[in-house]
Amino acid sequence: MSGLTPFMSAMGAVIWKDLRAEWRSREVISAMLVFALLVILIFNFALDLQPNVRAGISSGVLWVTLAFAGTLGLNRSMAVEKDRGCLDGLLLAPVDRAAIYLGKAFANLLFMLLVAFIVLPVYGILYNTNMIIPGLLLVILLGSEGYVAVGTLLASMAVQARTRDILLPILLFPVAVPVVVSAVKATGGYLAGLGWEEIQPWFTLLVVYDVIFTSVAFMVFDSVVEE
Amino acid sequence: MSYLIEVRSLVKRFGAKIVLRQLNFTVQAGEFVALLGPNGAGKTTFLRILASLARPSLGEVWVAGFRLPQQAAHVRRRLGVVSHQPLLYGDLSAEENLRFYGRMYAVPQLGTRINEVLELVGLAARRRDLVRTFSRGMQQRLAIGRAILHDPDVLLLDEPHTGLDQDACDMLDGVLRQIAGQGRTVVMTSHDLARVEDLASRFDVLTAGRITASRSADGLPRDGLLAFYRQALEVQRNLQGAVR
Amino acid sequence: MLQKPKLLTVLDVAAIASFLAATALVFFYAPLERVMGAVQKVFYFHVASGWVGMLSFLVAAIVGIIYLIRKDLKWDSVGVAAVEIGIAFTLINVVTGAIWARPIWNTWWTWDPRLTTATIMELVYLAYLMLRAGIEEPERRARFGAVYAIVGFLSVPLTFFSIRLFRTIHPVVIGSNDPGAMGAFDMTPTMTQVFLFSLLAFTIVYFDLLWHRIRLGRLAERVESLRLKVQA
Repeated sequence: MSGLTPFMSAMGAVIWKDLRAEWRSREVISAMLVFALLVILIFNFALDLQPNVRAGISSGVLWVTLAFAGTLGLNRSMAVEKDRGCLDGLLLAPVDRAAIYLGKAFANLLFMLLVAFIVLPVYGILYNTNMIIPGLLLVILLGSEGYVAVGTLLASMAVQARTRDILLPILLFPVAVPVVVSAVKATGGYLAGLGWEEIQPWFTLLVVYDVIFTSVAFMVFDSVVEE
Repeated sequence: MSYLIEVRSLVKRFGAKIVLRQLNFTVQAGEFVALLGPNGAGKTTFLRILASLARPSLGEVWVAGFRLPQQAAHVRRRLGVVSHQPLLYGDLSAEENLRFYGRMYAVPQLGTRINEVLELVGLAARRRDLVRTFSRGMQQRLAIGRAILHDPDVLLLDEPHTGLDQDACDMLDGVLRQIAGQGRTVVMTSHDLARVEDLASRFDVLTAGRITASRSADGLPRDGLLAFYRQALEVQRNLQGAVR
Repeated sequence: MLQKPKLLTVLDVAAIASFLAATALVFFYAPLERVMGAVQKVFYFHVASGWVGMLSFLVAAIVGIIYLIRKDLKWDSVGVAAVEIGIAFTLINVVTGAIWARPIWNTWWTWDPRLTTATIMELVYLAYLMLRAGIEEPERRARFGAVYAIVGFLSVPLTFFSIRLFRTIHPVVIGSNDPGAMGAFDMTPTMTQVFLFSLLAFTIVYFDLLWHRIRLGRLAERVESLRLKVQA
């Protein structure tokens, strides 16, 4: 029997594997969470978060936190594959490389969302703001998706270079500016109670970014992992 | 005569450095070929190309009737690979590792197959234990289990005995003999001449980027492998000396 | 390949000549702008270098796509050359932008969408060089470079739109209520002539430098392969 393993099967196997391994050690999630909470704490002292000033900055602080924590997760997720040569194991399998990419990206997205949805209420409690707004949650989803889509691709490259750990943020941040800016503004819009007409352009940008970069990463991942 | 593995004029370059030069190599179904050679000769690179993990720079590589790298996707199903590194996830149990790979290879009746394989490599008792608690010997055995899970025609092993103690090596050899006995084709690189002498049906020597000597195990006198190997290296050294 | 091609020498001459001519035009032929005075003349080189920077990154992205399809390393040397030169010209763009801003708004930096995008773009391509620096094998380095050049270039328009949108909602330039064009002014026909000529001059200089840089890369590769031969 030749031919490839069905795409969804392979993708599902990769996701299951990542979730299972993470559940055992919980290293990545706990590192991301602790880091995120520390960042919020530092911001509290570094910036003067008086109530009137705060409303404008909240969303920025939130997304900076998520961006940095996200980088941790992305790095670890690919490092696991590199360290024990497991990437070879994935490449030896008769699967479409894109399935590996989507599997890893999806698992990374789940980690990032998990962190976001824990940080959100904590932030809300610490600063007495309601963060649980449906639109805001959608922004978190779209923003994380774009960030992770590009991040997974770039992490696969960064992990193969010598300067592995610092390289990912250097590669990712400039390219992620559109997604971070849009997510910050959209989140801020919801927190300030702005109307849909004002928030909508940011949503458009987010969706456009997500679509373009997920497709590009999907197409290009092959070149990044093959020899 | 159709070969299971056929390599013609293989050249592999890394930038300006040429690692494999005009390498020719054929293997028939059922053979157990031991690939010997000094470090840096290109054995690992060659094996990686056969495993579809690396691309040839020039030349033709055919495995199980498919051309690499163009038809790599078809070949992968028929290949089992054991490399230096265990290719196992430390945070998963032995069983979970096999389950993952089983799904990646779309192995039918996975549950039963996993049991079979765990029995074969002698790890049934440790199936629920996390791989990071395994000794290197156990990891290597599980790695072989992973490699044969999908019942491949061809098994490629890159110095599987590295880092194993005597007992572990013996266990490994036992597994290898059983697997090879099932009619699989095996290509194994090794530094351990004593072990390889008892396992393989053919010995090839790879030096300076190509196969420079080859002989079958038939009629090889006891402990004759070392002499054969030394001689092959000697001849190659003289040749290179003459070129300078 | 060792001999410098005749056409390159011709291009060298053309580049030097057109650059000198453009400078002369800017200082002696172009009129003095009413409001901003002499500093406005920075504009000619500011925009021209920005244009060349963008062009270069576009070249890098296209050449990256070609490399991924063809896998011929000579495309990679074009890509590196394009990125390096792009970085240089974009830097000129950003610095001249600051020089222009200072006397007019009394600040070195305005968060103008185009300038900010140019700066972020610069960071992307510096990251490109850092990525390449961390990889030993030429083939993998080329592949990764190609991928990042493509991803980087695709992000630029989106970055521009996001920042421009950001700014129309929260204009922040100190002392100015116009978040749009930086230092907008009307161009007289003479100015337009000088502007277009500067653009042309810079483009010629660009291709000249690009060719030289590609040659440099190829010669370096030859040295490397000769060195390996001698060592072996």
